[in-house]
Amino acid sequence: MIEFFDAFLTYSFLQRAVLVGILVSLCLALLGVSLVLKRYSMIGDGLSHVGFGALSIAMVFNLAPLAVSIPVVVIAAFLLLRLNENSKIKGDSAIAMVASSSLAIGAIVTSLKGGMTADVCNYMFGSILTMTSIDVWITAVVSVIVIVLYILFYNRMFLVTFDENFATASGVNVKKYNMILAFLTAITIVVGMRMMGALLISSLIIFPALTAMRVCKSFKQVVIVSAIVSVICFSIGIIASFVFSTPVGASIVVSNLICFLIFFFIGKIKAA
Amino acid sequence: MNLLLCENLCMSYENNKVLENLSFSVEEGDYLSIIGENGSGKTTLMKGILGLMRPTEGKILLNGINKKDIGYLPQQTVVQKDFPASVLEVVISGTVGKSKRLFYNSYNKKTALENLKRLDIGHLKNHSYKELSGGQQQRVLLARALCAASKLLVLDEPTAGLDPIAVAELYGILDELNKTEKVTIITVSHDIDSAVKNSNKILHLGRNVTFFGKTEEYIQTDIFTRITGGK
Repeated sequence: MIEFFDAFLTYSFLQRAVLVGILVSLCLALLGVSLVLKRYSMIGDGLSHVGFGALSIAMVFNLAPLAVSIPVVVIAAFLLLRLNENSKIKGDSAIAMVASSSLAIGAIVTSLKGGMTADVCNYMFGSILTMTSIDVWITAVVSVIVIVLYILFYNRMFLVTFDENFATASGVNVKKYNMILAFLTAITIVVGMRMMGALLISSLIIFPALTAMRVCKSFKQVVIVSAIVSVICFSIGIIASFVFSTPVGASIVVSNLICFLIFFFIGKIKAA
Repeated sequence: MNLLLCENLCMSYENNKVLENLSFSVEEGDYLSIIGENGSGKTTLMKGILGLMRPTEGKILLNGINKKDIGYLPQQTVVQKDFPASVLEVVISGTVGKSKRLFYNSYNKKTALENLKRLDIGHLKNHSYKELSGGQQQRVLLARALCAASKLLVLDEPTAGLDPIAVAELYGILDELNKTEKVTIITVSHDIDSAVKNSNKILHLGRNVTFFGKTEEYIQTDIFTRITGGK
């Protein structure tokens, strides 16, 4: 523990990792509440796979990773949303289809150009400790956008999440707010993938919201508690990974899991 | 005065015609029940009135009110069953569509609290919506609809899934809103007995027959006798 704080003060890469991690965890926790309640949890998972495909292609062709993956993932997010709303293929199977196809295309493109490199592995499982200062800036900008828009549209997001039919009938543009939600999720996921990896990032969307819902009664409480839980679990995860030399992304997921179990039992006790 | 006028209305899903050549009107202070078996187009008609679906032919005209003056009580969705929200959060969200403002002001809060009191659920304002009984949840959604609009209420099978006592209470509330506060009510329902008892106008949608008119006239018709067995 003390070693971690020593290292934290000494190494700038660790400071960058913590800063990026806190911002991404916070943003995904906020968006996660709406995504989980709207039954869109799997969209996060699907988008991260699309992100992986886009990143591998960018890397093979020596293109800027974020410049390629952000637009691709944003477009994928809008597509998945549309599929969810009206189509003959149901939302969950559509997401699974898009996700595995992207992963497959990413894998093929990578192998054609010389196989799995360390970089590709980093996108699968995350490499929070290799963040550059440009990464930090991009993350900071994206996080500010997400947090500001979330606060501005908080009341409308609530209405659209709780009851789309009523929202439409009372003149609120439901599609617009679903698009905003998908857009914010997409950019946060692309940025956060570097830290958590494509395979683990959806846990940051799902866990904090589910954890908070075990004990909270109002929407506002759920939003606040899930943001706090997410940041705390990230911090515990990264310290644990430093102390036990475990992978960062995986440690964060496990700390979220433990936190969920604790809240689950608290909820059961409170209900009894 | 006509509040709502439907003329030669046709509505369809893809190529399936659900409603054909339907005409009826709702006047201020009316209590209209739309009844008919499953698949007769009740919900489609309601979507048309609310502007959620466009008619393929014909018109739905609103007179002296606009879309934002319609309060809507939708059927409960799966999402709402375990949705963490306080009663006040749900009720006040009815005011969102009223203005372009992003945050609630004191007037919105006052409206929400007034409507909670109006439906006798003021004491529940900090309770969790998902922990309420079905009847209480329906009152909360009704309070939300009243926050959105108090001239015209549109209710989609408001008594579905409620126990008999809650059903009676809900009809009592609707009756009071209609009689003493002059709220115009349109309700979609399966429950013909209650429709006949409570409303002054009936729109019966059927595959072959359609009836629109006063309740007194409806109970004289063949459709009514056939359905109720001539009670």
